[in-house]
Amino acid sequence: MPRGPVERLGLDVSRFDLVVALAGNPNTGKSTVFNRLTGLRQHTGNWPGKTIARAEGGFGFNQRRYKIVDLPGTYSLRSASPDETVAREFLLFGQPDVTIIVADANCLERNLNLALQILQITDRAVLCLNLMDEARANGVAVDARRLAADLGIPVVPCAARSGEGMDRLLVEVEAVATKTFKPTPYRLKLDVPGLGQALAKLVAMLRRRFPDLANAEWIALRLLEGDRAVAALVESGELGRIGADHAALAAVGAVAGKGAA
Amino acid sequence: MKESADEILREAHALQWQLPRNFNDRLTEAIYAESARIAERTVARQGESRRLLWQQRADRLITSPWTGFPIMALVFAAVLWLTIIGANVPSGLLADLLMGEIYPWLHDHAHAALPFWIAGLLVDGMYLATAWVVSVMLPPMMIFFPAFTLLEDLGYLPRVAFNLDRLFHRVGAHGKQALTMAMGYGCNAAGVIAARVIDSPRERLIAIVTNNFALCNGRWPTQILIATVFLGALAPAGLAGFVATGAVFAVAVLGFALTLLCSWVLSRTLLRGEASTFSLELPPYRPPNIWRTLYTSLIDRTLFVLWRAVVFALPAGAMIWTISNVHAGDQTLAHWAVQGLGPLGFFMGLNGIILLAYVIAIPANEIVIPSVLMLTVLIAVPGANEHGAGVLFDADAAAVHTLLTTAGWTTLTGVCLMLFSLCHNPCSTTLYTIYKETRSLKWTAVSAFMPTAIGFVLCALVAAVWRWVV
Repeated sequence: MPRGPVERLGLDVSRFDLVVALAGNPNTGKSTVFNRLTGLRQHTGNWPGKTIARAEGGFGFNQRRYKIVDLPGTYSLRSASPDETVAREFLLFGQPDVTIIVADANCLERNLNLALQILQITDRAVLCLNLMDEARANGVAVDARRLAADLGIPVVPCAARSGEGMDRLLVEVEAVATKTFKPTPYRLKLDVPGLGQALAKLVAMLRRRFPDLANAEWIALRLLEGDRAVAALVESGELGRIGADHAALAAVGAVAGKGAA
Repeated sequence: MKESADEILREAHALQWQLPRNFNDRLTEAIYAESARIAERTVARQGESRRLLWQQRADRLITSPWTGFPIMALVFAAVLWLTIIGANVPSGLLADLLMGEIYPWLHDHAHAALPFWIAGLLVDGMYLATAWVVSVMLPPMMIFFPAFTLLEDLGYLPRVAFNLDRLFHRVGAHGKQALTMAMGYGCNAAGVIAARVIDSPRERLIAIVTNNFALCNGRWPTQILIATVFLGALAPAGLAGFVATGAVFAVAVLGFALTLLCSWVLSRTLLRGEASTFSLELPPYRPPNIWRTLYTSLIDRTLFVLWRAVVFALPAGAMIWTISNVHAGDQTLAHWAVQGLGPLGFFMGLNGIILLAYVIAIPANEIVIPSVLMLTVLIAVPGANEHGAGVLFDADAAAVHTLLTTAGWTTLTGVCLMLFSLCHNPCSTTLYTIYKETRSLKWTAVSAFMPTAIGFVLCALVAAVWRWVV
């Protein structure tokens, strides 16, 4: 039964309409947000690196069923430690309908490093400015409106532990996931001479080889940066398989979603 | 035209040469610069906050090389003491209820209504083992788990890792091994999985193989019960709790020392290499949500672990009853086994019953104590069973002490049991987890045999010295 506007579906992720990813730096409270939304009790602990595999749960909001995936915390998407690989492969190939970037309001600058990298991969994101209660106690104030304008995505100040801001977060998540609101995220300017042409050339090749591939630009950029993990995905052809799998999965999800409606 | 994957990679490689050489760094710098620019525009700080100053001051004490370790020892000992003091009374009450009241009733009715062997299997085997597991395990877990979770939520765990990093680094292991060890104090299988946080395969293996030296929830109750019964009892009543705490603390510290020693040996022999550096963010101290913590640690951990213990106790109880009642020649199977293991047990300061219990308890450490007690009742103290539940199932510390000393236990038996409980093969669940995580039979075997071998040597040494001195 719905408690408030959220219907917590716990582990039930059958027939979901939309997929939400939770990403962010370690120890910013992703699992707490996850627990708030799903009613699950995914173990939380006050130490970085606690979530090692991804956890999935479900919730319902305004007659839609959401699957939410709690990713391991990472500082970056540019290296290839096991937990980072889990996070970035899901963002790339899981193609969530919306990514909630959970950021610690107390150390925004460092959290923005990851946020900007996520915005290189996806347009559809909402920033959950978490731990606002702590920030207030520490005398840190964040201008959320200005941040939203700078990043080009919705920004919701939250304190997931007490539930503060979660209602608004859901509204924004719904708007972005259902494409009612289309964010125009800030893109890092890559003003390196010659990069534009090099990227265009590689992207064209990647698209021909893997027709279902989304994020071809990001893959191309990683290849140019000499990322071995991404190169291995290209070489083994796994890139194509993951892309195709997801296209199929998305189709199934959409059909199931229609059936539910 | 569709290029092959190889061609794409070659093209990427070729294109790299056309880009400026510091192109990677320029991208990284761009991200950092942009983050700084946005943060500067949106974040306002009001001077030095008193809260941050307080946290810095606390950290200076808690992570200093001089005060950090005593504080750690104190916190750890306090948790143990609370567990030991707090668990004794409810354990006794539970045992009174489950074994003093319910068991005789069940026993009489079952034996009146059912054939001897069905009643025996169900009540004297399965029910009794389960009742023992519940009364021995539940009270300490209900105190230990919430206390541990509160420390974790407060933010103390990463500080422990920070303090211990120095030691782990010196023995060639990874600082994050402190975190996997801390998880191991809850459950070794969880500790083994937690080793995924360590990137280097070499250091990860070290963390996995040595995780067994962190006493798990299945072994804490053994340690606590035996320490209370055999060592606490040596001290005057007022000090019994402190002596028992000291004994369990010493075993836990020995476990930590063995972790370091084995890590050191491994990183100089089979897993040679230098320790890699790592950065660990010290999170702010966060006031734990006490009610939520109590609730989740009770539901998620305590009941989960208890359920697992019960699931393993049922078949173990049935098996113990069966081997104690099926005769081969002029003795029961259990007698044969205990007799066969007896000499080895004596050599290690233990006895045949304890070793047999450890064989039965391979699936789960939780059932060691119930197995020991049941086998003792059925084999070593003949007649105990007939007296019904009255005396011997009055399971407070004194009654257990009477039962075990009647069966020939001494303080040496208690000490060696505590040592062997620390150093023996991990339970089957943990071994399976180790295999899943390492995909290597060799390392699974090392994880099983290394601690067992150490346990044999340690117990035999202690027994030899003890017998020589006393």
